[in-house]
Amino acid sequence: MRFLARRLGFYLLTAWAAVTLNFLIPRLMPGDPVELLVARMRDNVDPAAIDAMRRAFGISDASLWQQYLDYLGNLAHGELGRSITFFPTEVSTVIADSLPWTVGLVGVATLISYLVGTSLGVLMAWKRGTWLDGVLPAATFMHAVPYFWVALALVFVFGVTLQWFPVSRAYGLEVVPGFTGEFAASVLYHATLPAVTIVVASMADRILGMRNVMVTTLGEDYVVMAEAKGLTSRRVMWAYAARNAILPNITSFALSLGFVVGGSVLTEIVFSYPGIGSMLLKGVENEDFPLMQGIFLVISLAVLVANFLADLAYVVLDPRTRQEAQ
Amino acid sequence: MNVLEIRELSVDYQSGSGAVHAVSDVSLDLRRGEILGLAGESGSGKSTLANAVARLLRPPAAITSGSVVYHRRDGEPVDVLGLGRGELRAFRWKELAVVFQSAMNALNPVSTIGDQIDDVLRIHAPRMSRKERVERTVELLRRVGIGADRRRGYPHELSGGMRQRAAIAIALALNPEIIIMDEPTTALDVVVQREILHEIRTLREEYGFAVVFITHDLSLLMEISDRIAIMYAGRVVETGSAKALHKAPSHPYTLGLLRSFPRLHGPREELLGIPGTPPDLRSPPPGCAFHPRCRFAMDACSLRRPELVPGAEGQVACLLNDDKGVRQ
Repeated sequence: MRFLARRLGFYLLTAWAAVTLNFLIPRLMPGDPVELLVARMRDNVDPAAIDAMRRAFGISDASLWQQYLDYLGNLAHGELGRSITFFPTEVSTVIADSLPWTVGLVGVATLISYLVGTSLGVLMAWKRGTWLDGVLPAATFMHAVPYFWVALALVFVFGVTLQWFPVSRAYGLEVVPGFTGEFAASVLYHATLPAVTIVVASMADRILGMRNVMVTTLGEDYVVMAEAKGLTSRRVMWAYAARNAILPNITSFALSLGFVVGGSVLTEIVFSYPGIGSMLLKGVENEDFPLMQGIFLVISLAVLVANFLADLAYVVLDPRTRQEAQ
Repeated sequence: MNVLEIRELSVDYQSGSGAVHAVSDVSLDLRRGEILGLAGESGSGKSTLANAVARLLRPPAAITSGSVVYHRRDGEPVDVLGLGRGELRAFRWKELAVVFQSAMNALNPVSTIGDQIDDVLRIHAPRMSRKERVERTVELLRRVGIGADRRRGYPHELSGGMRQRAAIAIALALNPEIIIMDEPTTALDVVVQREILHEIRTLREEYGFAVVFITHDLSLLMEISDRIAIMYAGRVVETGSAKALHKAPSHPYTLGLLRSFPRLHGPREELLGIPGTPPDLRSPPPGCAFHPRCRFAMDACSLRRPELVPGAEGQVACLLNDDKGVRQ
């Protein structure tokens, strides 16, 4: 397990670097959130109020070192400061409210896209030279199409023209959020188009990636030997070929899982979905540094966690890394 | 008593610039329990021939003509090339197993050695219980000199020689009548090579399977084989007992192969090698395919292709041998 411990150490170090950069970058920039807020109010603000706000945002004239320690202390308690856009809501609350929507939508869609895309890639490699090769040009086309374009096309056809699906929000105005079947149905109904967008737009990559590795793997001696052993095609295809071909694809999957938290920004915007992506856009529009900072921090940590999960998956799936681990 | 009869088998690789005749008109017999050596340079068609017999050819390779007949122990002949999908699956490994060139690449890197024996047993002997399968796996590994604890080991944890032993153990799993060994020792050092050869011979004595042993190393074949077939440009140019070929090779190509490797024992000999390169199989030279490289070539060699005919011992396809052997 030394391998994992080493990886874990590496990720902790990277996380510390990310946290520190997250602290330093805003402080290296001119201006501070309170100046922005005051500028937005466009009239004279009581100096006492400014002082109070400065305290609320944690801006002090203390030494950088002291500020850094305070920042780390606050972070340990999950305090990321207050959002300007949604003042005086805490950034952590904004993120906590929007994260589930993004993880639910983009996470599930990414998972579906990965499972279906990988399976199709395996199948297409196995049946190469048959009619299934006809899917290739379509996949290459989808691979090249930007995903917000897919979103707009879907909105136009199924949302506006056919009116089969809603084109905005995460659930209907008429339902009350809660653990009811009605609410769940509304959420699913609203998530369909954005989810289809993400699946359609990202699946082509998965199909092509998996097919390419799989075709190479099929030429390996151990696949020929599996066939010579008289095993069923299904077993040769999955236990021998796909099982090995999937290894190079784990990293890309982990990375995309990490970026799930960042949200599919454009998809969320097209569908007015209340996820992290929309929040990030609002933060950028309003120069909401605390919010952006908080979101970036969550994204970087999520990418690190996803990478660590990929390492774990490698250790489970590839015995050769386990030897290194001993 | 033949266990396998190959008749007039031809294999082409279809390519944009015309068909490559990798195997042309090959007829060979494999006798029950013998070790048949198959030798030739790279590209002579020996592996293609083996893959054709095992039905492992993939496009663009295709069998264009010929037949392969397998004789069961009870005498019932099986048309190997005509087997349907299910029949082929049942035939594979039970009757004919393969040991591939590089065991590193032939073993599934993400699966334990034990699992790779187990899945053969599971599919071909569904009536065996889990316990019986484990016992059989341990027994097989022990038989090739691998400890029982290695059952849970992965291929990368074994040395090259161990991997090749494991591959042989997997081949033995169902007690096949025929094992095709495609350069099983080429990637190994000489000492390990010798151990493996010894192992193969011992196992053959014990289990009685027949071996098609493919290699480019003729001197190695001389040691292990009962009979040897020499291939050149997709054709068999000479067959004979290992002893006869060693003493008096009838085909100039055989002589060239023999003199390409230094001998470890016996008097020093000049290493002759074979000048030139193997021919382009899309358009092999007219007449005898070997004549451009042959030291004994005559005018007739470029005009007339010699047939494989019974020679002094075994068979030979060379115009020189219409009446006599090669002058040494």
